[in-house]
Amino acid sequence: MTLVAQIVVSFLLVLGGGFILVGSWGLAKLPSVMTRLHGPTKATTLGVGACLIGSMIYFPFFGGAWSAHELLITLFLFLTAPVSANLIAKAHLHRQGRRIDANPSDQIVDGLPAPTGTADWATFGGAKTPEPSVPEQATGKN
Amino acid sequence: MSGMILPTALGFAFVCVSLSILLTLFRLWRGPLSADRILAVDTLTINAIAMIVLFGIAYTTPDYFEAALLLAMVGFVATVAYCKFLLRGDIIE
Repeated sequence: MTLVAQIVVSFLLVLGGGFILVGSWGLAKLPSVMTRLHGPTKATTLGVGACLIGSMIYFPFFGGAWSAHELLITLFLFLTAPVSANLIAKAHLHRQGRRIDANPSDQIVDGLPAPTGTADWATFGGAKTPEPSVPEQATGKN
Repeated sequence: MSGMILPTALGFAFVCVSLSILLTLFRLWRGPLSADRILAVDTLTINAIAMIVLFGIAYTTPDYFEAALLLAMVGFVATVAYCKFLLRGDIIE
């Protein structure tokens, strides 16, 4: 029984370490912000989840007491990773649309195209200080 | 023989997480945009959580999990605050 637990914990640790490494490699290697978002938010979160579940299996067999802390951390990370990724993408689109951070690797250097209808994008529409909207800036350059 | 499985896997995981922290620090140092640096800090927090959990397994002590939980919460709040600052130029409106 202890051998089975050892094998399961070892498999989960190796899987988690591999996924964490792949996620950070993607963060360092990929060409633009929108592609770099994929590595840490998916692969790294899955890897940390595997490490935490391995730790949760490890402690009742080798350490003594079982605790739900690992499950709590796993749930919290799996809940917060998409939210933070969404916020980072939103901030990046905002700055790119305002031409603060143009990133040529995204191949949308002119900012976002205007949506159909009268409303602006929600990211820009609710801004605190009104500035010239994105389509005017885009046409002003061309 | 069977006693070597878990230390080997633990060493492999330590090496992987250390390399991940180095790659993330490279992106934090290099990253051309602010969004890159925020993403790198967020990933660094997650890697630190993984490192703390691996240390907890290596020393067989459950004392580190409160630190990991606190780091997860503080890292999320920090990411949200940075993004809010980039979006609005202010954190608490």
